[in-house]
Amino acid sequence: MSRSDWEVVIGLEIHAQLNTASKIFSGASTAFGAEPNRQASAVDIALPGVLPVLNRGAVERAIRFGLAIGATVAPKSVFARKNYFYPDLPKGYQISQFELPVVQGGAITIRVGEGEKAYEKTVNLTRAHLEEDAGKSLHEDFHGMSGIDLNRAGTPLLEIVSEPDMRSSAEAVAYARALHALVRWIDICDGNMQEGSFRCDANVSVRRPGGPLGTRREIKNLNSFRFLQQAIDYEVQWQIDTLEDGGRIQQATVLFDPDSGETRMMRSKEDAHDYRYFPDPDLLPLVISPEWIARVQGELPELPGAMKARFVDELGLSAYDATTLTASKEMAGYFQATVDAAGAALAKPCANWVMGDLAGRLNKAELEIADSPVTPAQLAGLVRRIADNTISNNIARKVFEALWNGEGGAGADAADRIIDAQGLKQVTDSGAIEAIVDEVLAANPKSVEEFRAGKEKAFNALVGQVMKASRGKANPAQVNDILRHKLGS
Amino acid sequence: MINAPLSELRRALDAREISAVELATLFLDRIDAANPALNAFITVDRDGALAAAREADARIAAGNAGPLTGIPLAHKDVFCTAGVLTSCGSKMLANFVSPYDAHVVALLKNAGTVMLGKTNMDEFAMGSSNENSHYGPAKNPWDSTRIPGGSSGGSAVAVAARLAPIATGTDTGGSVRQPAALTGVTGIKPTYGVCSRYGMVAYASSLDQAGAFGASAADCAALLSAMAGFDERDSTSLERPAEDYSRDLDKPLAGLRIGLPREFFGPGMADDVRAAVDAALAEYRKLGATTVDVSLPNAQLAIPAYYVIAPAEASSNLSRFDGVRYGHRAAEYGDLADMYEKSRAQGFGAEVKRRILVGTYVLSHGYYDAYYLKAQKLRRLIAEDFRAAFTQCDVIAGPTSPTTAWAIGEKSDDPVQMYLSDIYTIAVNLAGLPGLSHPAGFGAGGLPVGLQLIGDYFAEGRLLNAAHRFQQATDWHTRRPAAFA
Amino acid sequence: MSLSLEQVRRVAQLARIELTDADAAATQAKLNGIFDLIEQMQAVDTTGIEPMSHPQDLATRLRTDAVSEADRRDAFQRIAPQTENGLYLVPKVIE
Repeated sequence: MSRSDWEVVIGLEIHAQLNTASKIFSGASTAFGAEPNRQASAVDIALPGVLPVLNRGAVERAIRFGLAIGATVAPKSVFARKNYFYPDLPKGYQISQFELPVVQGGAITIRVGEGEKAYEKTVNLTRAHLEEDAGKSLHEDFHGMSGIDLNRAGTPLLEIVSEPDMRSSAEAVAYARALHALVRWIDICDGNMQEGSFRCDANVSVRRPGGPLGTRREIKNLNSFRFLQQAIDYEVQWQIDTLEDGGRIQQATVLFDPDSGETRMMRSKEDAHDYRYFPDPDLLPLVISPEWIARVQGELPELPGAMKARFVDELGLSAYDATTLTASKEMAGYFQATVDAAGAALAKPCANWVMGDLAGRLNKAELEIADSPVTPAQLAGLVRRIADNTISNNIARKVFEALWNGEGGAGADAADRIIDAQGLKQVTDSGAIEAIVDEVLAANPKSVEEFRAGKEKAFNALVGQVMKASRGKANPAQVNDILRHKLGS
Repeated sequence: MINAPLSELRRALDAREISAVELATLFLDRIDAANPALNAFITVDRDGALAAAREADARIAAGNAGPLTGIPLAHKDVFCTAGVLTSCGSKMLANFVSPYDAHVVALLKNAGTVMLGKTNMDEFAMGSSNENSHYGPAKNPWDSTRIPGGSSGGSAVAVAARLAPIATGTDTGGSVRQPAALTGVTGIKPTYGVCSRYGMVAYASSLDQAGAFGASAADCAALLSAMAGFDERDSTSLERPAEDYSRDLDKPLAGLRIGLPREFFGPGMADDVRAAVDAALAEYRKLGATTVDVSLPNAQLAIPAYYVIAPAEASSNLSRFDGVRYGHRAAEYGDLADMYEKSRAQGFGAEVKRRILVGTYVLSHGYYDAYYLKAQKLRRLIAEDFRAAFTQCDVIAGPTSPTTAWAIGEKSDDPVQMYLSDIYTIAVNLAGLPGLSHPAGFGAGGLPVGLQLIGDYFAEGRLLNAAHRFQQATDWHTRRPAAFA
Repeated sequence: MSLSLEQVRRVAQLARIELTDADAAATQAKLNGIFDLIEQMQAVDTTGIEPMSHPQDLATRLRTDAVSEADRRDAFQRIAPQTENGLYLVPKVIE
């Protein structure tokens, strides 16, 4: 039997740390990188007698998320205790939500694959709920003991649960990426996966197409998209191999080992999973008024999906370009500002410059787009000058370099100033170009001969010479035409 | 001075007839003499008390005294007190010096009270006799072979033997009212949410409430007024304007309708208790109150419901005691699971372990609906019974305890026997209502009998008023055990 | 409702309380006595009754999102059984 006889069923549970200043149930700071246990208050270390008080900012972010995915924000939700013993869980229970979560339902559209094979898919979400993060157990060995740091204990988490709608690791990664972009877009999570702000658990099972759901295994704590994909691929293959060998899949929680590329079972006992959920008597129900929801709705920025649709419908961009530009709110905002300055008719060239030269340069310099030395207005100015033939594309690259280096001043007219200062205006006077072409033809008889002999490459060499002679300013299209004409072809 | 009411102590302190230091010393010396026999105190903090007394004297001298400035008191050892041992009567916390003050402790500190020490209690507030203490039982000052009640046994004994004029306690199923009844003092548990639970080590979160002990309703009113109030660190703390519970103490009782639930006057009550209670009710009628029969049909379900809800919440609340960050850690252990299991087995006493096991079981997979959810439904029925009863009366009255104090060891082998002694008090916690017990006379062997008054939500003032008027017309509350007169 | 010895052991393990064989039987007897008491709950039909988790029907209060706690590690760790470099030490945690 081949791999294609199996259908893969994947659901993701993603834990996004909310970017509040303080913890979900205490006033300690959530800032990353503090010395161990210096950001663990009495409530966080569960001293006898302490009590939780809910952080408004965490709730606000949950509402924002619910609205962004078109979910229902529950008017009343309840916090429940999830009881289990672990050194990084000081109370011996985690305050979470069980039967009545704050966000119910919702969906997100993902784009899978590249080029012609790319397709869109809607992934439904089951729920999202608020809970507190646990502390950390350090792997470092303290003469046979483990060290526990409770700084992270109490950081607010939004646990986002998808329906088992994904059918491949590619879809799972696309979903995770889309969610990652969204939580950053609506500014509820910084998405820093190295710091553990965004963690994925994948529930994976396989089944015969049309058959009943297989037993799933949960891969925990994947903190990079690459690991997510590798872990799922390995697990799927392992499950298929197991089943095809006549074995059965037992429900288990597994960890992914990036070094070996394999998943392996966690060494925790089966009955650790009787969490004995019950509503936390230290907290009363969370009530969210329609007024609060309406206010958050009103404050939501334009969401990536809507922006992308607008870029396609109103600006005529391709779906691929629109997706790339809306990968981050910052890039989308930059592009929008550029188009606003340059005019909608120039949307495509603006898109190309933002996604191409600008993005490339920012990458190389390791800069965020917010710190770009070239402003949207300045870039728009550049694009306009290409469009109105003032400069050629090649010259434009020179101008861009100059803009990057701060030449031309801070104003929107920086491109113009650079063009004037360096005399970069394109030469479009046919007479002038003809003169240069004549000179070049005269000076390069060998290339002329080679061209006449059929070597197309020689033509390019001649074009190059003309461009050189004109110091790049001759309009390339005209150069082409005139050369061809004069060469009699 | 030892037997003076708070009003008299206040007058004497303000008139500089006695200093706070002298007053504190009086009580501290009494404690030194009596505590070995009574075991009311786990910790006596002489140095701290005298320091607080000196500060109080300065405030009094500066004319900045409040109602409780310079007044000595004792705190039940379930309240976290910064720098002073907070043991909760348990080996688990026998080394726990809290780094912070409970809200109630801070309020009383700011009010200028002088903490003499921390009182004995049933471990983690689980018990009705103070026999479940790692530090040994507290003794009833009326008969030291008998229990004082629990879980706030030590605080009740301290006030009954006048080792402290007032003391704090906590009441989850009757743990202030019942020891008050068995030791002949007055004790009140306010409406759930009136006092902050921050720093009050949790037993059953939805039932626990801080309470006040005093020799009289008037003294309780003064203490409760200083303890009550909103605390933003407790999500179950109620945002209400501050109340002076002493304000209406003297209101005449004419027209007060006292409801007598037939379920509280059944065969479970001992004869000597019945006689004292009947006589007390007759006294109330003389004061102008009328009595009316009411019914609390689901009252007998209060005990089974409580012994599901309280252990369930406790089993979770006590999970933090794992030997990792504070408290007892076993001296020898193997792996992590072993450390947990040994630390907790060694740190907890038998009754606490039993309740944790019961609670763990009733919450476990498959049993939640039949037990915990069912108990919460019964709870609503019980609360509704009270609501219905209060349409026919202003307060509900009855015996606080079915018997007077029993002998040490008599019920300690049978947990269920012990649980049944809470039969009249427990329903009040389930409903979250205020309840008070005041001395109503004596039973066989000269042992105190308490009358319980139960009020509607936020009726603490009315309960204290009724008890105060009773105490103005009678003198049960002034009696002292011969050894401590 | 009556618990078997095995069930008692399982619950003790869930609650992380070591129970010796000697203790287990005694505990079982007392627990079953308590469960007999609890069974009395079944006497009343509670179909359709809403569970009551708090005396007051209120919503939870919310706290402003601001840092309000300072570093008190030294005070907190002074009372800890075992620490090193600011970390709480426990027997090795194996996943």
